[in-house]
Amino acid sequence: MNTVTILLASFVLSIAALMLFIWSLRKGLTDPNPVAARAIFYPGEIGHTEEPAASSKAQQDLQHSLSKTQAPESVESTRTELTARIVADQSSALPAFIFLSCAVVWLIVLSVAGLISSIKLHEPDWLNQYAWLTFGRMRTIHLNAMAYGWAPMASLGVGLWMLPRLLRTPLLGVRFAILGCILWNAGLIAGIGAIAAGFNDGLEWLEIPWQIDILIVAGGALVGLPMIFTLENRRVESLYVSVWYMGAALFWFPVLFLIANIPGIHFGVQQATMNWWFGHNVLGLFYTPMALATIYYFLPKVIGQPIRSYNLSLIGFWTLAFFYGQVGGHHLIGGPVPSWLITLSIVQSMMMLVPVIAFSVNQHQTMRGRWDALRYSPTLRFIVLGGMMYTLSSIQGSMQALRSINTITHFTHFTVAHAHLGLYAFVTLVLFGAIYFIMPRVMDWEWPYPKLIALHFWLVVIGFCIYFVSLTIGGWLQGLSMLDATKPFMDSVVVTLPYLQGRTLGGVLMVSGHFVFAFHFAAMVLKNGPKRTSAALLNFPKVWAWKTN
Amino acid sequence: MENELKLVSGAMVALALATSTLVVMPYLQLHEMKPPPSLKPYTSAELRGREQYIKQGCVYCHSQQPRDIAQAPDFKRGWGRASVAADYYYDQPHLLGTMRTGPDLLNIGARQPSIDWHLGHLFQPRAYTPGSIMPGYPYLFEIKEKAVGDDKAVALPPAHTPASGVVVARPEAIDLAKYLLALNRTYPVLREIPNKVSP
Repeated sequence: MNTVTILLASFVLSIAALMLFIWSLRKGLTDPNPVAARAIFYPGEIGHTEEPAASSKAQQDLQHSLSKTQAPESVESTRTELTARIVADQSSALPAFIFLSCAVVWLIVLSVAGLISSIKLHEPDWLNQYAWLTFGRMRTIHLNAMAYGWAPMASLGVGLWMLPRLLRTPLLGVRFAILGCILWNAGLIAGIGAIAAGFNDGLEWLEIPWQIDILIVAGGALVGLPMIFTLENRRVESLYVSVWYMGAALFWFPVLFLIANIPGIHFGVQQATMNWWFGHNVLGLFYTPMALATIYYFLPKVIGQPIRSYNLSLIGFWTLAFFYGQVGGHHLIGGPVPSWLITLSIVQSMMMLVPVIAFSVNQHQTMRGRWDALRYSPTLRFIVLGGMMYTLSSIQGSMQALRSINTITHFTHFTVAHAHLGLYAFVTLVLFGAIYFIMPRVMDWEWPYPKLIALHFWLVVIGFCIYFVSLTIGGWLQGLSMLDATKPFMDSVVVTLPYLQGRTLGGVLMVSGHFVFAFHFAAMVLKNGPKRTSAALLNFPKVWAWKTN
Repeated sequence: MENELKLVSGAMVALALATSTLVVMPYLQLHEMKPPPSLKPYTSAELRGREQYIKQGCVYCHSQQPRDIAQAPDFKRGWGRASVAADYYYDQPHLLGTMRTGPDLLNIGARQPSIDWHLGHLFQPRAYTPGSIMPGYPYLFEIKEKAVGDDKAVALPPAHTPASGVVVARPEAIDLAKYLLALNRTYPVLREIPNKVSP
């Protein structure tokens, strides 16, 4: 088959399928504010904020600042509806708690491993007497603890917690989720141990030996069951945006992980394309949709307003589904792979601008006139910033796929900075925000030290700025130096040194932020601090009174 | 969207498209590929060394894919001609790499054909390349009173020899060095003319 045929066929197929799906969902497509967008609110709830992470004073301020733009609806939700939500929250509390606690532990593991790796890049003789401490293993432990520990466990915890609220039914199959979590953690502990000991499948993102992967696959499948059971028993007519993203992600990930880990079928260069099909899709078809699902729920919920355009989110979802899958080949630009594949990946990378712009416009429109709310709501601060970083990292990613830019940035630290913009500044910040919202509901307890939330926020934001700016500049200079044939290779190493040190500085701040967060999380779990009861069911004083009776 | 079946089937169609372009098509296109006549399969020592290359995580800083002369000066740096798919015929798993914190290694065996250089460099890279940020791998070596029997003593530059005794390479280090020496794809190949389109 000739190149042009393959290219055109694949591109046309993607576009045609995209159109078909959007057409098949045409019902209400022209309706500016369809009922579906309001699915996360009970009647009368619009205009009422919900922010369990804030102190009661901040909650009042938040409500006040938003009431200025639109008066809250005065219809009261019925007691049955609010009882249903309490029951829904209770049904997901235990699995969410277990997943989030494990996630926090992995966050600490990955932070320490990441910081050690970062220091080693400018102090190469530090801690190198033992094999497990060498850069190649520490860096890999860092990546795997993030890719299979913190990010998925936190997103699954948040996802399981959102499900009953989104589907208005208690979470079913909780035991499967808990068993799944145990198996997954067992697999990951074994996997990280294997990497430290040098047992390694040798593929980036797929280092954990496939024999151990079986545990993770089984665990993941068990976690998927409650999603299916709960979907079957849903009491809502239409599925909210967050459900699409989560639903698709939970089906995509197992397929990706399974195909990528089948031993013995992938070979040579084909294995390289498969490797980046996986490596990029695990970002785009798992972490990204999970984090977007989180934003689409918590952002409107905190401000008490439905998202601005439900249809934009629909387009955003299907374009992500059809374009993201094929972008992975841009990791191999200039490599020994079929040239049609590279061209296709570059084209699809550019097409990714569509879902990103759809999301960004939507977020901006929803927040417009309500930016004041950021002052009072910690959840919103993390989530809105995270959403903006999604826009930034995706646009940067599309640009990096262009041959002219890729030639400079490929093989350099620039790519590392970009990866952290996506997985850290976008996914991780969003997850932090969601955890701040969820934990007070799960524990029925307020965050004991509100100042620590602010400290955490500023440490990670300032730390990340230093991290990103240093590594981006360093990587760019490294790339330019490598392309200049008159300079010896060592110049491209020497030029990065101050920036690698800058990255360590940023990393220290980020890691300190994580320790603050983990400490606060532990204090919350141990129920430290005063019980400030107002957080339990804000803005519904009547029901609150009913609950204490 | 009201129908979960529509959601899941749509999601799966999208993934199937991606999988066929990035996994199945390359498989069909490449699975009947023949190795270049001058490329020899790895010996078992070299394969053990390749295993060390993976265990120590060399791939995270070193690529094995020189780029075309039209794109980057890899050839001028002595890293070799642009590689082709057949060069990796015996590579399982692939080690193309994505970083050049250190130089490309696909032809390091041709560039540095001395096993002594490799062993010394693995022990202490800064003894050979001042300013290098590559970690040393002292745990692949041991310091002995003196080399006995088949011991492979490592010849280090005078400033880097241990205070007493000699540095002896462990079998893992020797295997790794043998693998590095086997990285030599300098034979000529026929390749398709690179795509002129550059979006």
